[in-house]
Amino acid sequence: MFHRFANPARFMAVAAMILPWMTALAAGLLLVGLYFALLASPADYQQGETVRIMYVHVPAAWMALFVYVAMAAASASFLIWRHPLADIFAQAAAPLGAAFTAAALITGSLWGKPMWGTWWVWDARLTSMLILLFLYLGYIALSQAFDNRERGARAAAVLALVGMINVPIIKFSVDWWNTLHQPASVIKMSGPAIDPSMLLPLLLMAAGMKAYFLVVVILRMRARLLSRRVQVLKLLAAET
Amino acid sequence: MDHFLDMGGYAYFVWPAYGVVALLLLVFAVQAWHELRRQQAELTALERLGLGRRRDRQADRQDGSGGHDESEA
Repeated sequence: MFHRFANPARFMAVAAMILPWMTALAAGLLLVGLYFALLASPADYQQGETVRIMYVHVPAAWMALFVYVAMAAASASFLIWRHPLADIFAQAAAPLGAAFTAAALITGSLWGKPMWGTWWVWDARLTSMLILLFLYLGYIALSQAFDNRERGARAAAVLALVGMINVPIIKFSVDWWNTLHQPASVIKMSGPAIDPSMLLPLLLMAAGMKAYFLVVVILRMRARLLSRRVQVLKLLAAET
Repeated sequence: MDHFLDMGGYAYFVWPAYGVVALLLLVFAVQAWHELRRQQAELTALERLGLGRRRDRQADRQDGSGGHDESEA
């Protein structure tokens, strides 16, 4: 069904239609999420108030992975089917993914200092997340490194696919190696090992960040599509 | 209120964490919105010169990014 949205004009029309609703949804979810995260949820019996960092740290880390997988999937469809919007999506998403990864690393550091006694350790989870940040930055740099836009896009798409190897490493790093980072407590086979009073703000913030991502990625894609059109018109103007 | 801001003595860790995330989300949203407005304005300016409505049909087809979204503010 996705080929129906492959037409940029149709995409622009659909995007313009859902944008106001998605914006309202993102703002609403994040505000309600913040209320529960900061006010209407208990402090942790071991970690005290620092547990509140979880409500921004974990959703940001989820988004870092989600955006990367979406970017890699789009890169694959760009390389295989030459989907005209896939590359535009991937390039619009990459800086956002890098921002979520940086947010996860910084908030994790601010959580690690009071709880682990250190800002940073070179353990498997933290190191693989840092590599994810470098993959995002490498993708952005590579996509802009060629005079020929198409060549840059293809090189970056290949990097995005190769980098997918890092995603399962991040996910399972806490099980495969001894690390300071705690293992998964929400997405696990036996169901979430977290109290509903803490799970609710976590899920609200996660949903809010996902809606936020959709809003901003649509804005960025529309700007990119318009800028291509502007370039074509400028070329035409130069010719006449 | 002071109790809330104090975050059980962890204010220096909790608030910067929320601040960093809020700042990143805000900067990216504002930047994306600005860039879209800038491109829209540029396109409108070019169209006022008489370009882009009819003459570039062919270019549109090659470029694949045709469409008539520019009526939308």
